[in-house]
Amino acid sequence: MSVDVSTPAVYDNRTAFAEELIALAEQDDRVVAVCNDSVGSSNLVAFRDRFPNRLINVGIAEQNMVGVGAGLADRGFIPFVCAAGPFLTGRSLEQIKADVAYSAHRVILCGMSPGMAYGELGPTHHSVEDFSWLRALPDLDIIVPADRAQTRQALRDVVANPRPSYIRVGRHKVPDVTTESTPWERGRMQTLREGSDITLIGTGTLVSRALQAADLLTVDGTEARVLNASWIAPFDDDAIVRAAAETRAIIVAEEANVAGGLGAAVASVVAQLARDRVPLRILGLREFAPTGSTDFLLDYFRLTAEGYVTAAREALADA
Amino acid sequence: MIDTDVPQVEQWRETRNRIDAAPSAERDELLAERAQWTRRSVVKMIDAAGAGHIGGDFSVTDILTVLFNAVLRIDPTRADWPDRDRFILSKGHCAASLYSTLAWAGFFSPDALETFMAPMSELNGHPDRRKVPGVETNTGPLGHGLPVGVGAALGARLAGGTDRVFVVLGDGEMQEGSNWEALMSAAHYKLDKLFITVDRNRLQQGARTEETNGLDPLPERLAAFGWEVREVDGHDYAALINAYRPSATGKPVAIVANTIKGKGVSFIEDRVEWHHKVPNREQVAQALEELS
Repeated sequence: MSVDVSTPAVYDNRTAFAEELIALAEQDDRVVAVCNDSVGSSNLVAFRDRFPNRLINVGIAEQNMVGVGAGLADRGFIPFVCAAGPFLTGRSLEQIKADVAYSAHRVILCGMSPGMAYGELGPTHHSVEDFSWLRALPDLDIIVPADRAQTRQALRDVVANPRPSYIRVGRHKVPDVTTESTPWERGRMQTLREGSDITLIGTGTLVSRALQAADLLTVDGTEARVLNASWIAPFDDDAIVRAAAETRAIIVAEEANVAGGLGAAVASVVAQLARDRVPLRILGLREFAPTGSTDFLLDYFRLTAEGYVTAAREALADA
Repeated sequence: MIDTDVPQVEQWRETRNRIDAAPSAERDELLAERAQWTRRSVVKMIDAAGAGHIGGDFSVTDILTVLFNAVLRIDPTRADWPDRDRFILSKGHCAASLYSTLAWAGFFSPDALETFMAPMSELNGHPDRRKVPGVETNTGPLGHGLPVGVGAALGARLAGGTDRVFVVLGDGEMQEGSNWEALMSAAHYKLDKLFITVDRNRLQQGARTEETNGLDPLPERLAAFGWEVREVDGHDYAALINAYRPSATGKPVAIVANTIKGKGVSFIEDRVEWHHKVPNREQVAQALEELS
């Protein structure tokens, strides 16, 4: 079996986000944007130019920003509250809990440049705790589009069905892994590749790497299933139950701290199974990242195709 | 979501019409009756629940009474009316006073007040908009109500609505940084239909505000942040009603309402320990006696 080693084109999901947000705002007067002095980094320049009154920049005041979003939702708007992931979720966590999730205000929280997209800027600027923090909040969707098409899909979905949501909008460039015809259903992972030996689960940046790993594993004669966890909440328990029943091991990788993240969600399902408690490996962060670019850090934490492959071989040896 | 009490709404509407039409002395008397009813209700609720925040409930009662019976443009039969004035109690721990005020207006039946903080009651210790009509946003942690009010006021302007936004804050709560973020924002956007009322009872949970993290001179500080400031006696109905007149300057309006924590019951007034102390049998009887 030959492995395709050509380098695919890669894209910053913020571009698709910005274009789709403008398209939605053209169609629906309720769509507004709120940000924290991040007009540029949230890619809202064109939105501001097109809808100057519908971009509310509250300045460097994230707690107020999320509360303002809740108030706009109370007044009937669909606010997209945009800020770099670490500040949006860390600084405003209690506002996200009380004003958005618990109040059931239909605010769309957009965590821009999440994970380790701000590489060398260091752990203060990494958003790797967001899954852990936000998974603990009921009634808040956590959506991680894997590519351009899913970024657009996610935006269209939350405007059509407004609900308290957090969307990771990636800055680190990724290739297309889905098409417009890939199924999109709330709370469901997508099977991007079928396989019966092992299941590789990825989210965001990791999805294309899981697909590459599946290619690499064919040299072992291993057929890997690849799941895209575009929804961290509601969580697709059924996909995990099926993976445990139909494949012999599960590997999860996430650009996030493993304490309470996607891997923990998978582990919670697997550990509670009466049978099929398959070997499981979780790749992610267990420490504050050292200095380095995003690519360097993804390599450092084995969040790569090779990282999946090594973990898969270990897990299958245990199976 | 708890059901609206339509006959009660009719009763509230009839009283409200009388208040709107009455000469000032009679109007004050009608409002005093409403406030007395609320304070008595608070005593009974806290007695039954064995918990609550009686001191702050009493200091804010006259403010809530004026807003819901003489100021707010609301229709309790249509709690989701898009153009309603928004009211947010940022000091959510004073839920007993708010629930009593809402129940009198018919947002739900006054009978439900007996379930305050009982297992599975809609009436939690802090208000929940998913269960109680008339509640715009869930409060409890301090420093949350004003940012939401700023968003609602921005939304009203964007929608071209005539609705106004009223946020009531505790004075201790003004120690939260998020409030000052929101104060700056409201002034920056010149949200002249946004009114805040600070329940200035000068006590917080553990001590006097000025002994804890001083707020004085609060009116000057608010003015320096770009607000039109009105300082009033928070138990004077005429003064409160007048304070809710439209902004004269195009700035948002901050009303510093000087109040007495525990107002209305002699042994509770201005006593720090009554922040969330629960009265015993004899104290309940005495409180109801003083409020009769």
